[in-house]
Amino acid sequence: MRVTIITFPGSNCDRDVSVAIKKITGKNPSNIWHQENEVPNCDLIILPGGFSYGDYLRCGAVAAHSPVMKEVKNHAARGGAVLGICNGFQILLEAKLLEGALIRNSGLKFVCKRVALKINKQINSPFLHHFKQNDIIHLPIAHNEGNYFADSETLKQIEDKGLVALRYHTSSDGNSFNPNGSVNNIAAILSDNGKVLGMMPHPERYVDNELGGLDGFEFLKSTLEQLS
Amino acid sequence: MSNLREGLSTFEIAEDLGLKKDEYEQICSLMGRIPNIHEISIFSAMWSEHCSYKSSRKWLKTLPTKGEVVIHGPGENAGVIDIGDGKVAIFKIESHNHPSFIEPYQGAATGVGGILRDVFTMGARPVALLNALRFGSIENNKTKYLLEGVVSGIGGYGNCIGIPTIGGETNFDKSYDSNILVNAMAIGITEKNKIFLSAARGIGYPLIYVGAKTGRDGIHGASMSSTEFDDKTEEKRPTVQVGDPFTGKLLMEACLELMTTDSVVAIQDMGAAGLTSSAVEMGSKGKLGVKLDLDLVPLREENMSTAEIMLSESQERMLMVIKPDKMDKANSIFKKWNLDIAKIGEITNSQNLEIYKNNILDAQIPITYLVDQAPEYDRDWTTPEKAPELQIKNAPIKSVSKVIEKLFSSHNLCSRNWIWEQYDTSVMGDTVIPPGQNSGVIRVHRTNKKLCASVDCTPRYVSADPFLGSMQAVCEAYRNIISVGGKPLAITNNLNFGNPEKKEIMGQIVHSIKGISEASLKLNMPVISGNVSLYNETNGKAILPTPVIGAVGVIDENKNSVSLSNAVDGNSIFVIGQDNSHSDGWVGQSIYAQEILDIEKDYAPPPVNIDAELANGNFISKVIEQKLTNCVHDISDGGLAIAISEILLSSQTKGIGAVINKNYNHNSESFWFGEDQGRYLVCTSKNKEIEELAESNKIKITNIATINLSDRLTFSNEDFICISELDVKNKNWFKNFMS
Repeated sequence: MRVTIITFPGSNCDRDVSVAIKKITGKNPSNIWHQENEVPNCDLIILPGGFSYGDYLRCGAVAAHSPVMKEVKNHAARGGAVLGICNGFQILLEAKLLEGALIRNSGLKFVCKRVALKINKQINSPFLHHFKQNDIIHLPIAHNEGNYFADSETLKQIEDKGLVALRYHTSSDGNSFNPNGSVNNIAAILSDNGKVLGMMPHPERYVDNELGGLDGFEFLKSTLEQLS
Repeated sequence: MSNLREGLSTFEIAEDLGLKKDEYEQICSLMGRIPNIHEISIFSAMWSEHCSYKSSRKWLKTLPTKGEVVIHGPGENAGVIDIGDGKVAIFKIESHNHPSFIEPYQGAATGVGGILRDVFTMGARPVALLNALRFGSIENNKTKYLLEGVVSGIGGYGNCIGIPTIGGETNFDKSYDSNILVNAMAIGITEKNKIFLSAARGIGYPLIYVGAKTGRDGIHGASMSSTEFDDKTEEKRPTVQVGDPFTGKLLMEACLELMTTDSVVAIQDMGAAGLTSSAVEMGSKGKLGVKLDLDLVPLREENMSTAEIMLSESQERMLMVIKPDKMDKANSIFKKWNLDIAKIGEITNSQNLEIYKNNILDAQIPITYLVDQAPEYDRDWTTPEKAPELQIKNAPIKSVSKVIEKLFSSHNLCSRNWIWEQYDTSVMGDTVIPPGQNSGVIRVHRTNKKLCASVDCTPRYVSADPFLGSMQAVCEAYRNIISVGGKPLAITNNLNFGNPEKKEIMGQIVHSIKGISEASLKLNMPVISGNVSLYNETNGKAILPTPVIGAVGVIDENKNSVSLSNAVDGNSIFVIGQDNSHSDGWVGQSIYAQEILDIEKDYAPPPVNIDAELANGNFISKVIEQKLTNCVHDISDGGLAIAISEILLSSQTKGIGAVINKNYNHNSESFWFGEDQGRYLVCTSKNKEIEELAESNKIKITNIATINLSDRLTFSNEDFICISELDVKNKNWFKNFMS
């Protein structure tokens, strides 16, 4: 299992993802700097969360043009798996590897909390293999711009193709709910081939019961197993 | 000296810069000549209250700063304690009060940036942030605007740089209407043998400037923070610095990377009074001279004068002395992170600060005049009057539950989730207990240890009795560490007061420091760092005295931290530090007296019995050690009834409730809402073991309630409160207030 994590200037979850991957696989992933022109041959590239380029211009907009992104696109074009978490999701959208946009939270504030998420498993994807349709998992979010938006035509296509992977879940007692105004409660979406996933929640932060749960551990572990 | 630049200072110029007449005369006499205008600007910054601590230094020296865990006490950028296994924790709290009132977002953001630099300057990766905030009355129109700006500023910096916020406190009082308090604390961790200090070494070694370029922001910020506000405060907006957390993140990573290459000899961040204080600090600590060439300083704006360059408080800048043969290494690292790096001078053996611009000597001042010869005042002070004890008739109240509901649905005790949900509390992947509990708890990365931290102060107690109130602040911080299973190690303090030139205010400062000293010595929590913020006054009216205590403790190998959220159906709730003979409590200065009885007068706060504090704290540690509980809460603001409710509100178990045991179904208000100190609540199923342990340790204890799944806290058949409804009210107050 070979994982590559890319660090952009301002990434701040690169170490966290690295630690989580090491905990799951027992092996250190490769960490590479955004200015590299080559990505080592690997099964999964992860774009971690953070504030690449200080969110200047638009979140992820500058990072999407980093030298390394050319290789990330090539890897995806070859059918390789890519996971973008939080700011990584924003970068994937700016790089046009996924459709839609992430805009300012509807509450206009940064929001950090534990959320309930419902699995939407309509297509084959290594990221969802482990789960059943409508499974509920819990992960933390921490973002300012996590409000997923797409024009109605794009949205229809995404829904028709079954590319939504996770939705914010409102439980029967009305507890957790859409925390940022995302259209159709979308928290994560897939590429057409199911190999590129962008998600706002942070699986790397829930890899230990002591830290809030094991749902992130299960999510990453099953993904890595599928890809190896 | 023949070629020193002309342009002599006058007393009028010095006065404009904040120097007093006798101070100006003393400077002229020390120098043996009239200093030029550049030199007097530098003196005005270094002799300001903010840089020189001239009003408080005499008393700060009396604080207990030594202990077996202390590696570096006050005097460095931050204090350093040994946490075992070759690791150290480095921490400090610092205020950014004046700037945050003028420009709340930037003031608070740069407060966070500044305290983080203090920590990583010493070689530690910052791992946690906390903050203590004080705002004016909720009726004041400006309060919401300030609160909104400060919270987003703190989040804006901390979230972006990627350090979790793990704790804090927020209070409101009209005395802070025009002087809000923003105190930020940062904790970092490094190896014991990898601590970096600021003392310059190496005559002829290059002095290196790294980070952001220098602009005109924040000039005279240090002097601004050393005076009172008046109606013209708005005009001071340009003296507030502007923060850029993205550059802060790059600077942190670049510095920590360079620190692994055996290149850095000395390092100091540029904080208050910018390049002036950092260069002077390095020279003073190393007893060496510093020669600066301002033509080499990376500038953001054109035509900046000597004083502007020297006093700019532009953020995200560092000064370093590095080994001469490591310049290439340093260049390549800073280039990678896209940051400026420039050699701007060198270390000399002259013990002078020499500043050149356009090849002309603009200033030449013996460094010792700026530091050691800075004034130290023994200001007059008065002993605060002893506040009378509040005697209320212990009249029965009709409904304990109504009072609980009122207090949780008000600004005093409602949940602060509106605030902390705007902070990233889980980045870095080690947060075990986020904000909203007794202490924040994080794992020490890649070890089985944990650190816990809490910030505390009850200003209404300090106002009524500065000595007792300050002791209480230390005791509360101690209890908060104990309550999560931690061993309290050391404290940092942020002393926020009014104008020290007034005898009564100086009296508050003196007695507060004495109170902190007393508690810190007895509880063995030395003061390892701190900050003083004076002149928190507007038009002659001072804030409530607010000596904030930040405490840090350690939870040893593989021991679970306990939390107040772990209540279990069927368990008993014990009060520790109180027995069944206790029938009424201390209401003076309680929230109950303030909010329900509308008593504003300064009655005496609850007494502090430090021996009982220590005995009860040790007992709780034993109870946790012997795994007799994993749910503990200290009893503080609001008293016993509030603390029990907080345990239930904090529980993750749906429908959790409790019933008060029959022998306590009386309705004495002081019993339920008195704020007697030194008490804890412990939830347990091991009643017999706890009672026996208490007996053998001579600890007062009583079984007060039984946890159930009724979704009610029941006092008697007629009096109960629905917990899930209370939870909604508790969480909604802030949201409604801010919307």
